[in-house]
Amino acid sequence: MSLDIWMRENPLTYIWLGSYGVAMLIFVVEIAMVRHKRKITLQQVRLLRNAGGDE
Amino acid sequence: MAINWFKYSAPTTFYGLAGKLIPWFAFSAAILTVVGLYIGFYVAPTDAQQGEFYRIIFIHVPASILSMFLYLIMAGYAALGLIFKTRLSSMMATAIAPTGALFAFISLWTGALWGKPMWGAWWMWDARLTSELILLFLYLGFIALHASIDDPRRADRAAALLAIVGSVNVPIIYFSVKWWNTLHQGSTIKFSGTSMHVAMQQAMFTMLVACWLYAIAVVLMRVRSIILERERNTTWISELPEVKL
Repeated sequence: MSLDIWMRENPLTYIWLGSYGVAMLIFVVEIAMVRHKRKITLQQVRLLRNAGGDE
Repeated sequence: MAINWFKYSAPTTFYGLAGKLIPWFAFSAAILTVVGLYIGFYVAPTDAQQGEFYRIIFIHVPASILSMFLYLIMAGYAALGLIFKTRLSSMMATAIAPTGALFAFISLWTGALWGKPMWGAWWMWDARLTSELILLFLYLGFIALHASIDDPRRADRAAALLAIVGSVNVPIIYFSVKWWNTLHQGSTIKFSGTSMHVAMQQAMFTMLVACWLYAIAVVLMRVRSIILERERNTTWISELPEVKL
C-alpha cells in the first residue's frame, strides 16, 4: 500500500506519528541534551574549584 | 516596593532567578500542551475541506510563530550585547538559537506533512517555505559561527552581526504570502477577525502559549549552563550550593 493511500485511510495516525510524535521527540531530546550539558558543566566547574583549592 | 529590574541583567542574580522560574514554566507548558491537544483532537470539529489533516495546524502554526519571534528576540539580545557589552544579553542570544532552530525545523517538517495530502507534494520552492528554510539556515549559521570562534567575546560579536543582518528575513517570511503569489495560504487569523471555529482558535492559542512556555523554560535551562561555563573562574560560581556538593 503506498503512503498516499495509507495517509488518506489513517489521517489521525499520520498526523500523530508524523507531526506530533516527531515534535514531542524533538522536545524530549532537546531537554535531555540541555540537562546533560548542565551535568557536564557542573562537573567541570567542580573539578576546577577542587583544583583551585588544592593549590 | 519598586523592583530594580536592572539587577536581573547581571548573570549573578539572573542565575538564581532563572532556576526558580524554570519549574513553573515547564509545568505550565506540560499542562497547556495536554489541554491544547485535547481541545484540538476531541473538541475541535473536522474541517469541511481538509478533513482531519488540518489538525497539524495546532503544532505547525505555533512552531512557525515561535521560530520567527525567537529569531527577533535572539537578534535583539545579540544587538544589546554588541552595543552595551552586557554579558547576559550575548549569553541569552546563544541560548535561544538552538531552540529557535528546532522550532524552524518543526515548522518545515509539519508543513511538509501537511503539504503532501493537500498539495500533493512534500516541498515546493514557494516564497513562504523557502524564506522559512533560510531562517533555519540563519539559525544554524549563527550556532556554527559562534562555535567556530574560541574567544567567547569575539564569537558573540561575530554571531551578533549575523543575527542582526539576518533579522531582515523575518518580515519577508511574514509578508511573503502577500507580496508573492504563493501556494501557501495567507494568514488565517488577522487583526480584522477570523473565520476559524472557536474551538480551533482555542486549541491553537493554547498550544501557542504552551510552546512559548516550553521555549522560555528550555532557554533558561540552557542559559544557566552557559553562565556556569563562562563565569566558572568567579568566586560566586564556586560558592554555589550545586558546585560545592
